[in-house]
Formats: sequence, C-alpha cells, structure tokens
Amino acid sequence: MAGRIDESQVRRVAQLARLELGDDEVSQFSAQLSGIVAYIEKLNELDTEGVEPLAHCLPVHNVFRADSVRPSLGVAQALANAPEQAEGHFKVPKILEDGSGA
Amino acid sequence: MKGLLNDICANPGKFVANKMSTKPYKIIVGLEIHVHLATRTKMFCGCELAYGEAANTRTCPVCLGMPGTLPVMNKTAVEYAILTALALNCEIPSFTKWDRKSYYYPDLPKNYQISQYDLPLSRAGSIEIPLEEGGTKRIRITRAHLEEDAGKNVHTLGPFSAVDLNRAGTPLLEIVTEPDMNSPGEVRALAQELQRIVRFLGVSEGDMQKGHMRFEPNVNLHIEHGGQVFKTPITEVKNLNSFRALERSIAYEAARQYEEFLETGQTLQMGNKKTFGWDDVHEMTVLQREKEEAHDYRYFPDPDLVPVEVGPEWLEEIRGRMCELPLAMQNRLVSACGLSEYDAGVLTGERATAEFFDAAVKLGADPKRACNLLTQVGLKLANEAGTPVDQLKITPDHLAKLAGMIEAGTISATAANTLFERIAKNGGDPEASAKEMNLIQSSDSGEIEALVDAVIAEQAQAVQDVVQETKKAKKARGFLMGQVIQKSGGQANPKIVAQILSQKLDAMK
Repeated sequence: MAGRIDESQVRRVAQLARLELGDDEVSQFSAQLSGIVAYIEKLNELDTEGVEPLAHCLPVHNVFRADSVRPSLGVAQALANAPEQAEGHFKVPKILEDGSGA
Repeated sequence: MKGLLNDICANPGKFVANKMSTKPYKIIVGLEIHVHLATRTKMFCGCELAYGEAANTRTCPVCLGMPGTLPVMNKTAVEYAILTALALNCEIPSFTKWDRKSYYYPDLPKNYQISQYDLPLSRAGSIEIPLEEGGTKRIRITRAHLEEDAGKNVHTLGPFSAVDLNRAGTPLLEIVTEPDMNSPGEVRALAQELQRIVRFLGVSEGDMQKGHMRFEPNVNLHIEHGGQVFKTPITEVKNLNSFRALERSIAYEAARQYEEFLETGQTLQMGNKKTFGWDDVHEMTVLQREKEEAHDYRYFPDPDLVPVEVGPEWLEEIRGRMCELPLAMQNRLVSACGLSEYDAGVLTGERATAEFFDAAVKLGADPKRACNLLTQVGLKLANEAGTPVDQLKITPDHLAKLAGMIEAGTISATAANTLFERIAKNGGDPEASAKEMNLIQSSDSGEIEALVDAVIAEQAQAVQDVVQETKKAKKARGFLMGQVIQKSGGQANPKIVAQILSQKLDAMK
C-alpha cells in the first residue's frame, strides 16, 4: 500500500529524532504511522491543479521590528529555570563529538 | 605522505603556482561563508549584539527558546542581507520565507535553527575576484540567505559542557558559491574580496578575530588518468575562521584526497561525502563524520514567522544605499588615477581610506603623492590608533594641500610625512605648521646660487673630481649636493640645488 511506513523507516526517523525504540515499539509505531499516513492520503483526492503551495496560513507578510535594543534578562533570570549551572553558563551533559555550529 | 603535506602546508603558494605543471589533478572548491551582520540587535529579538560580554547576559525569552515566545524579524538585518545580495549580483525574488532546520546541540535551545530552505532571499549571483597572476575571475554565487547563529558550547569548565547563549540569534548571512574555484589561492581571494565588500557596504565588521566570518569549503579533485576523469569524494571542512586556515586546509585536503585515491581508487558517489574539522595546531584536517543519513535536517516552514515580500519600491530604496564596490573602485584608481594595482588595493582595503583618498584627489591632490602620504603615514597612524583614517584629525583638504606643497617644491616629501603625522595627531593648517616647524624649503634660485658658489669655493678637491670626470666624479657630485643642502639648514629645494650645481660644474669643464 502506498504511504505505508515500514519498520526501517520508523528506525530511521527515530534515529533522526534521537529516540531509542524497542522492537515492540518499532512495530507498534509502524502500524500507527501507516494508519495516519493512510488517513492523510485522503487529501490526495482533492484537485490542487493550479493552486500555489501555501507558505503560511495567515494572509500577512513583512512583520518587522526596528533594530533597537531592548533590555535583556540578567544572567540570574536567564538561568533561573536551568536545572544546573556553572559560572553563569547552562550546565549540560558533556557533548562528545561537538558538531555544533550554525 | 607526511613530507609532501608538510611541504604543501608550509608553502601553499608554491603549490598553487606549480599546480598546472606538476599536479595530475584539478582542485574543485565551492565555498559556504557565514557572515555576522552588524545590526545592533539580534535577528528575532531586541537583545543587543555584543562580543566578549559575560556569559548569558545578552539573552531574553525569545533567544533562550522559552515556550510561548514569538520571534519578530529585524528589518535592518533583512535590508543588510538584501544589500549584500545585490552587491553579489543576485536575483532578489519578491517572495521569501523562513524554515526550521532540526538541530540537536544545546547552543540553540529551540532544537531547531530558523533558516531559509527552498525560497531564499536571493539566488543566482556572481562575484569577481582578483587573481594573483593579474586579472579577475568570475565565481558564481548559488544563493545567499538569512538565518540565526547558534550560541557557544564551552567544554573547558569541568567534566561537562556549558552553554553561553549571548551569540544565539545573531543575524547570519549564509553565502553559497558554485564549485568554481580551482586553487587554495582563489578561495582565499574570494574570502578576502567578500570581506572587503561587506565592510564597504557597512553590513558587517568582517572581523575574523571576533568570528564575524566563518568558512566551509567543499573540496574534491578531478584526476585525469588514461584519458578518463576520476572525481574524488567531496569533503566539507567545517568552521574555518581565518584566511590562513582556509587556504591551508584546501591545500592539505587536495594532497590527502590524491593520496587516498591512489590507495583506494574511491570515487564520488551519492552519500560518500565526508565532514572534516581543521586542526590548527597540527595544520591538518581531521575526520568528523561520514555523511550518511544523519544529514537529514527535516526542514519545514516556520509557522511562527510570516513571509517577506520584497516589492520594487523597497528594493529600489535598498539599492539606493549601494556604494561603489571595492574592486570597481580599485580598477578606477588604476585607470583614472594612474596608481599601481598594489597601491589601489591598499587604498581600497577599507572604505574610509578609499573615500579619504578620493576626496583629496577631487580637491586637486596629485594621486601618487596623496597615495604615498596616506598609505605610508596615514594607515600607520590609523592602525596605531585603532581607528579608520577618517577619524584622525587630518582632513582630505589637508592631504590635498600637503600634496600640493610637495608638488610646488615648498616642502620635501620627507617634510610632508612629518607634517601629516603632526596634523593627524594635533590638527592644524599645513602651511602654518610647515612654517612653524621650519620645514619650508627654499626654491629661491638667487639664494641657492650663493650657497652653491660658496660650496664650490670651499670644496676644491670634489669640484676637481667632477670637472675632470675622475672615477670619483659621481660620488663627488653627491657630496657637493649634500654640502649645499646642509648649508641651507636642510631647506633648499634639492631639485633646484641639483639644477644650479650642474650648470655651474658643467660650465667649469
């Protein structure tokens, strides 16, 4: 059946989302996700010929702010919800292979 | 292998020069450049951009990724991005939007980066880069889009990682080129030209030390063998933050890939792209990850941000802020002012310097003299003061006057340097300062003639050497010249002294 999410796809998506799934869960989610996709496939019945893809659901654009400074939170407030902190930083588990960077 | 790499890294220039004749391959490089925009505040919130502030002092609920917050676009950042794209000859589509790119490091706490995927704010441009051997080369620009920078992960505070989000949300322009560069030198030239452009436009400080520009080259080789071309797998080198590292990493990758090809015969295929880091200490690339499916960013449109429409009116308004670009200006200084490529390059290194020079020439300064004063004294002083040259107390009008005074023989070139320095530091009128400092040189031929006669009378031996054209004639002539200048207290115009001295000596032959 078209759109069916097989177990290898579930494992791949889980890996991308950094989720660890047991074998039971993989087969359970495979069935559930396939059901969801099948349901959404109903939309394919609509004729979308000549309809522009929608980038945003609001009919609004160019919402800007001026480049003017607003006060930041102090470091104490910024870190108030942090479970752990170190020298004004958010303390997090050691990042092993840091491939970060925008 | 090590020997070859060391040799290349020690001297990438030599490697480039010999590339065509001795290397059995062509280097192919495309570049991604991230440029920090010099707005006052972040891309989507009003936190002030600051460098070197205490950790997490420039954050708010938006850039901390708190639930329930909404990002709002910084209009200046969008305009800076469009202005840069225009300078890179890009098409600016009338419609552009924002997407979320999945991200798994704590330096972006939302777990995604706001970026642009399929509808970037610009595409299909080009940049001219100056080549070492002269002339220019056109490199195609694939696209330039806006996104937000991540914060900083710190690994040095203990057996854990620590996160500083001051930088998170900084407006970042990502510029992507086509794989049109064929040597480490060309890549460096592009990076430097781009730095000059963003500084001229005033859209970025382009300060490498502060991480305002970061580079990610994609490198591979086309190896010709037996009438067939083999392409090596592409490698991406991440996060290079100096021109030197950029140039050397490409030279290193080229040699490494060639060696690897000879050993494994592996060629470019879907999915065998690899990511490398650069080890600045050992000057080598280090494998970070084999690019497999981990590179699925799962982009989707950001529902929190509405699209941007760039109408013709707004676009023209932004285009109106365009200045003459550095390479065009450099070429103009060569063709219209007769400067050397080198001098024109130095003057157009900073917009303030270039405009200062331009203004002085418009006021009638001889270009070469103005250039010498500005580059030899002005830039040195500006550098010492840590300011652009237009922040010194000297004005283009002063520079034009000084150049004119040299031209008229009122002061020597050396005296002009002294005066430039004094006026740059204390201000003041060039002519008044020259008088005050006793730097006006005499061009009064009657006065000089008297001095020449006195010296000829005093220095019989030297005069004889010149008149009889002995082996010492040339040296003796210089000596006599020096004596006259000395007698004048350094104020006689050397040109006129030489003229009168020659006349007198020739008459004695």
